[in-house]
Amino acid sequence: MNRDNELWLAHLSSTGADQQAALSDLRVHLLRGLRVALAKRGNNNDAFLEDAVQESLLRILARLRQFEGRSQFLTWAMAIAIRVAMSEWRRQHWRNVSLDAVFADNDFIPESIADDVMGLDSQWEQQAVLDRMYRVIRTELTEKQRAALFAELKGMPMDEIARHLGSNRNAVYKLTHDARRRLKRGIEAAGYRAGDIHAAFAE
Amino acid sequence: MSLSKKEIDALLRLVNLTQDDEIDCEQCLSVVAEFAERELAGRSVPAGLEAVAQHLSICAECREEYEALQQALNDMKE
Repeated sequence: MNRDNELWLAHLSSTGADQQAALSDLRVHLLRGLRVALAKRGNNNDAFLEDAVQESLLRILARLRQFEGRSQFLTWAMAIAIRVAMSEWRRQHWRNVSLDAVFADNDFIPESIADDVMGLDSQWEQQAVLDRMYRVIRTELTEKQRAALFAELKGMPMDEIARHLGSNRNAVYKLTHDARRRLKRGIEAAGYRAGDIHAAFAE
Repeated sequence: MSLSKKEIDALLRLVNLTQDDEIDCEQCLSVVAEFAERELAGRSVPAGLEAVAQHLSICAECREEYEALQQALNDMKE
């Protein structure tokens, strides 16, 4: 059955046969989409996908009132399903990976670049920028901000960082956003432009 | 423990892209469907959705989910 946005909302908000039929159709749609979306990420076995779709349907029903009609309903629902599935996939992937050291080492302030691959001509200035950056990290970031920022740089997903910090993904994003803003201001206050510095280091 | 050159480069890239006002992951999720449809159709992104592009340039998880969404939408289109 083809439904436009209004009909999807009407059927999913109803009870009885209409809702069951809409849920059944949506389930098929999400299952197909997730299978494609996760195919390259190595976790698309049927049990995992079925569980993800079930959880997604519950989330979608709970958020129906948030759908503003700015896209196709099915696209909006698929975005939610992908968030649910990939968050769970990351959780499973990282659950046995111990990165406690990242959080335990409160003095984790690197003093120099580990891989010395920069040219000698620019090394002095680059080190000066790094010194400034580390000073901001040391003096202006909170312990939580340092932990979240470094864990992110080490490749840990925000959902997992949030689990370690007893928080949630959104709060971790806000935490690291504030840390980045402080770093940017600190670097610029020393007379450097963040864009120029990034370009110089990327060379 | 220390940061490698690659990690320092990543940090500087993030700092460079940082803006005072950014949307968070939940706000991104609420409008990413519209953003994806516009991109897929080759339509311009209105000012109200520019924050999505900025968020996707910063947030690795949302970017990964967006790429997955694009794959799903492409499959549906075929």
